[in-house]
Amino acid sequence: MALAAGSHAMADSNDYTAISRGRYLVTAGDCVACHQGASGEFAGGRGIETPFGNIRAANITPDLETGIGTWSADDFARALHEGVAPGGRRLYPAFPYAFYTRITREDSDAMYAWLRSIPPVRNVVDRDTLPFPLNIRTVMRGWNAMFFEAGRFQPVPGRSDEWNRGAYLVTGLGHCGACHTPVNILGASRASEAMAGQPLQGWFAPNISANEYVGIGGWGVDDIVQYLRTGATRWTRASGPMAEVVEFSTSRMTDADLRAIAVYLKDQPARGVATAPPPLPAEIPRMRAGAALFTDNCAACHRGDGQGVERLIPALAGNQIVLQRGAETLARVVISGVRAMATDADPTAPGMPSFGWRLNDTQVADVLTYARNAWGNAAPAVEAETVRGLRPR
Amino acid sequence: MTRRLPATDVVVVGLGWTGSIMALEMARAGLRVVAIERGPWRDTSTDFPTTTAPDELRYAIRQDLFLRPAQETLTFRNNLGQTALPIRRWGSFLPGNGVGGAGVHWNGQTWRWHPWDFTHRSATIARYGQAALPADNMMQDWGITYDELEASYDRFEYLCGIAGRAGNLGGELQPGGNPFEGPRARPFPTPPMNMPLAATMFETAAAGLGWKPFPSPSANMSTAYTNFYGCRLGPCTYCGFCERFGCGNFSKASPQTCVLPALVRQRAFEARTDSQVTKVNLSTDGKRATGVTYVDTAGEAWEQPADIVLLCAYQLFNVRLLLLSSIGKPYDPVTGQGTVGRNYAYQVTGGATGFFGRERRFNPFAAAGSAGIAVDDFNADHFDHTQVGFVGGASLSCIPTSGRPIGNRPVPPGTPRWGAAWKQATRDNYNSTTSVGIQGSVMGYRGCYLDLDPTYRDALGQPLLRMTFDFQENERKMGRYCIDRTEHAMRAMGANQVRRNEHTGPYSITPYQSTHNTGGAIMGDNPTTSVANKYCQSWDVPNVFLAGACLFPMNAGLNPTGTVGALAFWAADAIRERYLKAPGALVPT
Amino acid sequence: MNAPRCNRRHLLASTALLVLVDTPSHSRVIRGALPWSPNEAYPPERVLPGVWRFFNADEAAAIGDMAQRLIPADGASPGGGDAGCALFLDRQLVGPFGDSTWLYMQGPFAVGTPQQGLQSPITPAVRYRTGLAAIATHCRANFAGRTFPALTGAEQDALLSDMEAGTSGIADFEDKPFFEMLLANVMEGYFADPVYGGNRDMAGWKLVGFPGVRYDYRDVLARPNEAYAGLPVGLTGRPAWDRS
Repeated sequence: MALAAGSHAMADSNDYTAISRGRYLVTAGDCVACHQGASGEFAGGRGIETPFGNIRAANITPDLETGIGTWSADDFARALHEGVAPGGRRLYPAFPYAFYTRITREDSDAMYAWLRSIPPVRNVVDRDTLPFPLNIRTVMRGWNAMFFEAGRFQPVPGRSDEWNRGAYLVTGLGHCGACHTPVNILGASRASEAMAGQPLQGWFAPNISANEYVGIGGWGVDDIVQYLRTGATRWTRASGPMAEVVEFSTSRMTDADLRAIAVYLKDQPARGVATAPPPLPAEIPRMRAGAALFTDNCAACHRGDGQGVERLIPALAGNQIVLQRGAETLARVVISGVRAMATDADPTAPGMPSFGWRLNDTQVADVLTYARNAWGNAAPAVEAETVRGLRPR
Repeated sequence: MTRRLPATDVVVVGLGWTGSIMALEMARAGLRVVAIERGPWRDTSTDFPTTTAPDELRYAIRQDLFLRPAQETLTFRNNLGQTALPIRRWGSFLPGNGVGGAGVHWNGQTWRWHPWDFTHRSATIARYGQAALPADNMMQDWGITYDELEASYDRFEYLCGIAGRAGNLGGELQPGGNPFEGPRARPFPTPPMNMPLAATMFETAAAGLGWKPFPSPSANMSTAYTNFYGCRLGPCTYCGFCERFGCGNFSKASPQTCVLPALVRQRAFEARTDSQVTKVNLSTDGKRATGVTYVDTAGEAWEQPADIVLLCAYQLFNVRLLLLSSIGKPYDPVTGQGTVGRNYAYQVTGGATGFFGRERRFNPFAAAGSAGIAVDDFNADHFDHTQVGFVGGASLSCIPTSGRPIGNRPVPPGTPRWGAAWKQATRDNYNSTTSVGIQGSVMGYRGCYLDLDPTYRDALGQPLLRMTFDFQENERKMGRYCIDRTEHAMRAMGANQVRRNEHTGPYSITPYQSTHNTGGAIMGDNPTTSVANKYCQSWDVPNVFLAGACLFPMNAGLNPTGTVGALAFWAADAIRERYLKAPGALVPT
Repeated sequence: MNAPRCNRRHLLASTALLVLVDTPSHSRVIRGALPWSPNEAYPPERVLPGVWRFFNADEAAAIGDMAQRLIPADGASPGGGDAGCALFLDRQLVGPFGDSTWLYMQGPFAVGTPQQGLQSPITPAVRYRTGLAAIATHCRANFAGRTFPALTGAEQDALLSDMEAGTSGIADFEDKPFFEMLLANVMEGYFADPVYGGNRDMAGWKLVGFPGVRYDYRDVLARPNEAYAGLPVGLTGRPAWDRS
């Protein structure tokens, strides 16, 4: 188990065990999600959209000049643990060191060993794209003082190894909260709302707390494991950023780790509004328009009763994604369309077409309002203003 | 200047049904596969989603999805005495284009052909004697039997999730199925479609006439289905936009729904679209293919070397490619010698339209491409031909596929074509009219063939294919006999007025009949009378394999796609299990 | 028609992560994953009334009147002119239909048999331009200077019937091919999706009871022989899509 306190000895880059374990850990940490780039996996350059501006992810291949080829294992561990690169340069929390700080030194060394073993790619990344004053990295010192507390993961006594493993993966290496936990105005996670969901880069990262109404309170451990392994359950399919997480990370993790994640998540407190509001009345104008829109635009795939087609077309009735506080994901997929994720075992990856050319903002809002308030669903109405902001610019 | 690309194991020409199936089977066997497709990439959610697919003008009338004649067409004449002229606008048939080919815009009627079809010559002689064969016929057996092909039919049906009711399970007749079908090893993968009103009325009428009606097998889905590649389909919604349209909700079997999602994930596979293969390259002795040459959209030519060449273009264009590449000896209708272009055949269509008056509401817009009832009593050799004076037959069916109003505005005979009376008749009859149709066999004939046109050329300057074809007396008799029976059925269904639909006069390329062109590169057991052996392998160039209806020595009274798909699996099996172990001719000459 | 919303070549640069596009040529190369890009769609261009793009005002008036005679208004539904058939045809004639872009138009052109189908080098755009001019000349000469729109309904019907029969005697004019094209195009305009400028208010679809592009008629099949109650819907919607 990776929880044992790691040795601080310099990792040996020829150590096959450490390297292959490191590869697994880099996968579980989904490092590739940000550090991919046009020059190759881990060569960096991908723009990470933040509320403060775009940041380009670093080249973490072992290239001596443009990558991390000169870094020591200690340097690497310090970056993960404290958010500080060699020379004292402070990293932005788009690099989720607030989560990675919990990674054990042993795991850090294994990740380092594997990253040393991949081919170096020369790729200069402009790392200073944020506007003043954020481009002065020392301001991160203040941010850290307010919001960041370094500290390795400590197993919780009295909990099972499985639960603690899940806690380590969710709150540390897997950094689930980086997307799913709301942040304050300065971009720091609000612990009191852990996993309650938030708008993010034009999507809405859903509530994955044990909330029965909008979270995973009604999901079984097996449902969560299946979703993380395949990107799909009987009633829903991953799309958008989570499809990438499943494709490049969770689908490649062991069942034991996925189960640990599920066990831990299921045991977390329910966050967010816990009970459904009364559904909007069917006879109000926006619901009547929404019903007509749904019949003509959606029913051929999602069915008139919102049940979808098992394992192909997501159900909308009772699907938590439909009921989230923010409708960003819903509006986005209606406007732009979306492609579900594919796996070798389940390659179809059904695409939802773009309706942006066909429906105006009010129509998109109304059809979503209808889907959020039909067949037993209940959630606040969607406004045209929300939709407008998600149109391609 | 032609530039040479790195070699691959297999090059596939055309990425429709057969190209995608064979490419995936080859890639799964560990071979590197490059597929070259002259049309564009196409997929459900972008190119024919529910938001844009149901557009009659764009797809059915202006023919947006089909091969554009400006890029390539063929020339046509009825007989050797005429000068062939180009088909400038498609009419009688609608060749596909782009990834998925005509598998994107077919209706989905998916049949196994009858055991008789594969041995139609020898079986006719055995039962009726040599004298029963029509004049000038070139009938010849396929060199393969239904029993040999059964497992491959099964594969294609389970690839597509075909909806139907078995009529013959391992030799035991099943109630409600087609009693004339060859024995099948297991039932259809999914249950029959729901039936429109007209089809259930035809079923009742047919049973009353002593015939044996059954649900027409359908590649529109009666229920959700997952095939053996893991590809998923949803249930058909009877949207009424099937043939000539892509399916927007994953409910019609096509390369897009059944094969491509798995194929593109194969690491050894690559598709190049917007690239027209202009010829198969041969070694200097002409006995081995070295690859293909194709031209990209910039007009640049590229050579793709390969160890195996799979010709998976549409029937007509496979034949043209053989002729352009000098593979095999072109057929000469005067001497009857040669093989390439031989036995081009089409199908006999027609039927009866019934006008029922206001008490019937057929709601023709609620329809699928293959939701309907068929009758096989008058097909193949399912009835005694001693007195009828023809060989072959036709299936009868009531499959109302569409109520799209540009193309479907039936009015009773004698109605003016415009003005107030036309408008009233259109209003009165749109919802209370239906048809029963035939799809009849056509034998091979000496004067019906394909070759290269001496005058007309395609956009790249290569000669167009030339088609020489007309219906012969045998087929006209057969058509009349079976169309008579559709009239009987229509009266039994209770129509107030019946219009007979029969093409008289020479075959015309103007009205749509069916995209069921066959022959020209036929399979057989003799290299002097066929292009390919029973494994679909070229007799002349053994590392060239053929796919599609160009292999059919005759055209049966059923839709061809089931047999096209079965032969693709059959040939892929032969390559994997026989050819790769011992590259060379699989049947000694 | 069919103006793509976004250009396919542009899309090549923005395909999904795993689609490696290393084109050895001007082919599109697909491997690894099914290509997909957000907002990719190829809807038809929405025709809105405005200035004529092909016809001049006189030609448009003549076409509108011809459409109105071919599909006359009656108590229950508008005529072909009312339903926008002229607007439909105007926009069709500036698209690939008008100059036969998609058809095989290489020579030599020869007169074939009826079974050999279309063999004329004359494109629809040329046929309408020259045909309408010939009709206008004929009308002025034979109806005391009146143009087609100024004829009585009976005179218009008679002229159209003569063209249909090939007996109009109009100089420099192939009357039957013109009439056949006109009749086909007017029917297209009356029954095609309203996005193309005709079938205004879905008049053609309401005439016959065609409900349009709803794409799900499972409920209709489940209730055989019953009248369908739903109102028609086109590619760009129906009034009920907006709040009322």
